[in-house]
Amino acid sequence: MANDKTQEPLLTVRGLRIEGKSEDQWNEIVKGVDLTLHRGEVLGLIGESGAGKSTVGLASMGFTRDGCRISGGEITFDGIDLRNASAADKRGLLGKRIAYVAQSAAASFNPAHKLIDQYSEAPVVHSVMSRADAEADAVDLYRRMQLPDPEQIGFRYPHQVSGGQLQRAMTAMAMSCRPDLIIFDEPTTALDVTTQIEVLAAIRDIVEQFNTAAIYITHDLAVVAQMADRIKVLLKGEEVEEADTRCMLSTPKEDYTKSLWAVRSHARPEQPKPEGETPVVSVRNVTAGYGKVDVLQDVSFDIHKRRTVAVVGESGSGKSTTARVITGLLTPRRGEVLFDGETLPADYRSRSRDQLRQAQMIYQMADTALNPKLTIRELIGRPAQMYLGLKGKALEDRVKDLLNLIELEPEHYIDRLPSELSGGQKQRIGIARALAAEPKFIICDEVTSALDQLVAEGILKLLDRLQEQFDLAYMFITHDLATVRAIADEVVVMQQGRVVEQGVKSEMFQPPHHPYTELLLSSVPEMDPDWLSDLLASRAAK
Amino acid sequence: MAHVWRMIAQRLALGFLTLFVISLLIFGATELLPGDFAEAVLGQSATEETVAAIRRDLGLDQPFHTRYIDWLFGVLQGDFGKSLSNDRPVLDLIGNRLGNTLFLAIYAACLAVPLSLALGILAALFRNSIFDRVSNAAALTSISFPEFFVAYILILWLAQGGHFPSIARLSSSASLGQTLYQTFLPALTLTLVVTAHMMRMTRAAIINLLASPYIEMARLKGMSPMRVILKHALPNALAPIINVVALNLAYLITGVVVVEVVFVYPGLGQLMVDSVTRRDIPVVQAVALIFASAYVLLNLTADVLSTLSNPRLMHRR
Amino acid sequence: MSFLMTLFWVVATALGALALGWLFRAVLVLATPANMARELRKAPLTASFGMLVILIYVVVALFAPLIAPFAESEVVGRQYQQWDSTYLLGTDNLGRDMLTRMIYGARNTVGIAFATTALAFFVGSILGLLAAVVGGWLDQFLSRVVDILMAIPSLIFSLLLLTIFGTSVVSLILVIATIDATRVFRLARSVAQGIVVMDYIEAAKLRGEGLWHLVTREVLPNAMAPLVAEFGLRFCFVFLAISALSFLGLGIQPPTADWGSMVRDNATLITFGDITPLLPAGAIALLTVAVNFVVDWQLHRASGLKE
Repeated sequence: MANDKTQEPLLTVRGLRIEGKSEDQWNEIVKGVDLTLHRGEVLGLIGESGAGKSTVGLASMGFTRDGCRISGGEITFDGIDLRNASAADKRGLLGKRIAYVAQSAAASFNPAHKLIDQYSEAPVVHSVMSRADAEADAVDLYRRMQLPDPEQIGFRYPHQVSGGQLQRAMTAMAMSCRPDLIIFDEPTTALDVTTQIEVLAAIRDIVEQFNTAAIYITHDLAVVAQMADRIKVLLKGEEVEEADTRCMLSTPKEDYTKSLWAVRSHARPEQPKPEGETPVVSVRNVTAGYGKVDVLQDVSFDIHKRRTVAVVGESGSGKSTTARVITGLLTPRRGEVLFDGETLPADYRSRSRDQLRQAQMIYQMADTALNPKLTIRELIGRPAQMYLGLKGKALEDRVKDLLNLIELEPEHYIDRLPSELSGGQKQRIGIARALAAEPKFIICDEVTSALDQLVAEGILKLLDRLQEQFDLAYMFITHDLATVRAIADEVVVMQQGRVVEQGVKSEMFQPPHHPYTELLLSSVPEMDPDWLSDLLASRAAK
Repeated sequence: MAHVWRMIAQRLALGFLTLFVISLLIFGATELLPGDFAEAVLGQSATEETVAAIRRDLGLDQPFHTRYIDWLFGVLQGDFGKSLSNDRPVLDLIGNRLGNTLFLAIYAACLAVPLSLALGILAALFRNSIFDRVSNAAALTSISFPEFFVAYILILWLAQGGHFPSIARLSSSASLGQTLYQTFLPALTLTLVVTAHMMRMTRAAIINLLASPYIEMARLKGMSPMRVILKHALPNALAPIINVVALNLAYLITGVVVVEVVFVYPGLGQLMVDSVTRRDIPVVQAVALIFASAYVLLNLTADVLSTLSNPRLMHRR
Repeated sequence: MSFLMTLFWVVATALGALALGWLFRAVLVLATPANMARELRKAPLTASFGMLVILIYVVVALFAPLIAPFAESEVVGRQYQQWDSTYLLGTDNLGRDMLTRMIYGARNTVGIAFATTALAFFVGSILGLLAAVVGGWLDQFLSRVVDILMAIPSLIFSLLLLTIFGTSVVSLILVIATIDATRVFRLARSVAQGIVVMDYIEAAKLRGEGLWHLVTREVLPNAMAPLVAEFGLRFCFVFLAISALSFLGLGIQPPTADWGSMVRDNATLITFGDITPLLPAGAIALLTVAVNFVVDWQLHRASGLKE
């Protein structure tokens, strides 16, 4: 990749400041960011949520979202002052010389038009080529992006094309005018790991082929390591550090960057498998589904006291449906769920209050799992009041104990509403609510996937500690293998409603694997800049 | 395409089922009469003999379902029975009036639909500008006005000045131009009332979409604001806009009642109000059934059209 | 009246209203506790004007007998007398004082509309929430019934029902409330359906909570904001519907003072260029405008907070 320092840079951003409006006040969300990009160079922009990476990415196109404004700094693209350019001048650049690839292609393609119409729009409106040429060109780019049936796929509507294919079609669309610069805004975040690989490879190829400069925005370090020549780390609207990719990975300078790198190394020692003990929860030959379709087929596994069973799979694998069967929200067609060796009624409405108390659940989105109109006191107090009959002072003491357990200062938080808490704090309240019932078993449904890595780390450690303290059994639903490494004792791998492989963690991460487990494991990006190339080479060799 | 036709057939079947239930409801509502239909008709002058005579006359001694089926078959052949107040066939009373009312509603619709769509799109395009705010406040104000208030203001303003006639006289010999002139004020009243609703809802339907990622994408492709609205937002706002138009056309049909009274316009609305005052139940039933059918058919059309405007339904995976 | 003059008066009225709104907002900000004042300070002038108007109507309605110069249906002079110092707004078609009738009209018309809306809301929202929370056959049954009732245009339906039940205040309230409850049901159900899919409802169900707790503690508090805004909108519809019926002579019956029938009874004057009959119509319009302005602000605020 060319990185010719003698050339004029393509894009320079100096002292960029952006303000966002919230509750009628302007707050600075980007606080003086600098950025230089040469032709053909790929810059990785990385940070956690709220770091301002998307805002910076859009601002380098001279664009701000509604409710945001650029309050200071300069943005120069190929000698053009984007901050002071007229709206019409900027429109002449956008789509033609600077293009954008959004996070969710499914939402960013207009549902009312065919792919080819949307592909041709920018070239025709910007008078780059005729409609007929654009259509021919589209087929060529679709082929380069390794889309199936490139001649015909353009004549489909977005809803007729899968997510991974749409993301590639969007990259092709961004390339339609052969821009000098493309902004990729988390293009693979919404995809499953096995699909992500194909999209990453296609994006990397095409950017290289046309020697396009790119800004690649993501929160995933391993992904950015594959894509970028240089990496810039942002934190709360400020730059932490910037360096060449290899340099950054091997020797990060700042503490914050080091902490980001360190997250991945956390792993809990595996608990020994108990012998002859009745499992707390036992799922036996469950087949279940909605309507005529079977979503689960013959699923069986056990969960023992003080152990964590991670259920892993991609979207549509049936992990969440399994949880619905265990909680009694979905009645299985065949099979049963045992609790402490006794059969649970299939429907939660037929279960006793004590049976309900014993099994609790923590949800992925704390935002929708906590009633926004109830205070923390009511949220946590309700199960204690219902199941244990606590009242008045005893109830308040119990709520305070629980808050202490989840490391939130009781006096400070007890009368707050969920909206006044951060994402991680909300998730802790979800945990406290589950604990308040004094259960034996907790289902954790993707509890860390909506959180930043450092916050997620804290939640995982807390869950570990609580398991020790209260002898809890966990069922941990996740799509993220790093989380599995960190927390599981046993792993159940699911694909299309079936358990394809299960066993203790130490064995699961050692070959030989079931082919699907192999695919899943090998698809998880690693923090090695050569990982993607090596993987593609080894897959091609097979 | 087969599934679309199947879907449309389903909607049509459902529409006719609804009409059937409505007819049952309209006919059956008279059963709720406190006392007896015949007594209600005769009021205080009721004696035992006259009540019995009327009962026989109207077939009230028959069971409900026989009477309903007789009535329904009559209606299907255009026989709505006889008016209680002057013994004339209801169909004669309805006759020209149905045409007059339809004329007025279509006249107002022709003014209101293009006007409100244009205003709604412009307000969405220049959202938060002075134009948007003023038109929004004006629309809100005009929604809040009772129809008769708007009508009398227009009379005071335009008819007092001698520009337009305040009483809509229709004669069969008048040319279309003269008729349009004669009926301008009632049509304008209806237009004002309906335009405000339609404009606001059109604006809202488009603005709702402007936050979508695909609109941001279109802007990031360097498309002009006009193109973003017309090419990217409007096609997706079609279904809500079609429903808005249908809803308001349906509203026109009922709004006609008050306007006809103010302008002494010889339409169905007048007839209905007069018949309600006289408690002339066969006429009220007939007119209510006509209004309700028009309403159901409009909604049905909107339903079918918005189905056809949805690419997800038109082009399955 | 030339077009320019009309335009001038329209603009002058609008500006006057905004100035009043500004003054009233300043007073409110001073008179309310700090956190409420902060919200009020952000209220648009149209909304504060709306609040002022609503306040005036409520005061007039509550203290009608104290404010009105004569008794509600007392004949005090000849018919259609001009405005003068005794009869500030002249007399009506039967020689009753116009101003007095206007003031009592606030009590009767607004009061009946409010009672009707409240009834419609009580029935409609309870059934709507229940349909969404319980689901299944109850939801199917209620929704189908409401679908059918809503397939008949509301004015036509109310005319039909009034023909049958006769035109008394009680049947008016019941008829309009029934028809309006269907609209409230639709909204309450759709709002509640958005809430019922939330994980916290699932959590409450799995906790073993009963129907009462689910509806009152988990769903209702989250459905409140849209329902309150809808209450304002529904009030406007009901108010306009009752006025229209009264105007048609089928609503509130004489001798009760009511704005809709006042317009009807005195409409002849308009042909002579006298604007007196427009005053009750204007009173209806002004209150509806005011309520709409306030609701618009609240809706805007609710949608703004979501982002």
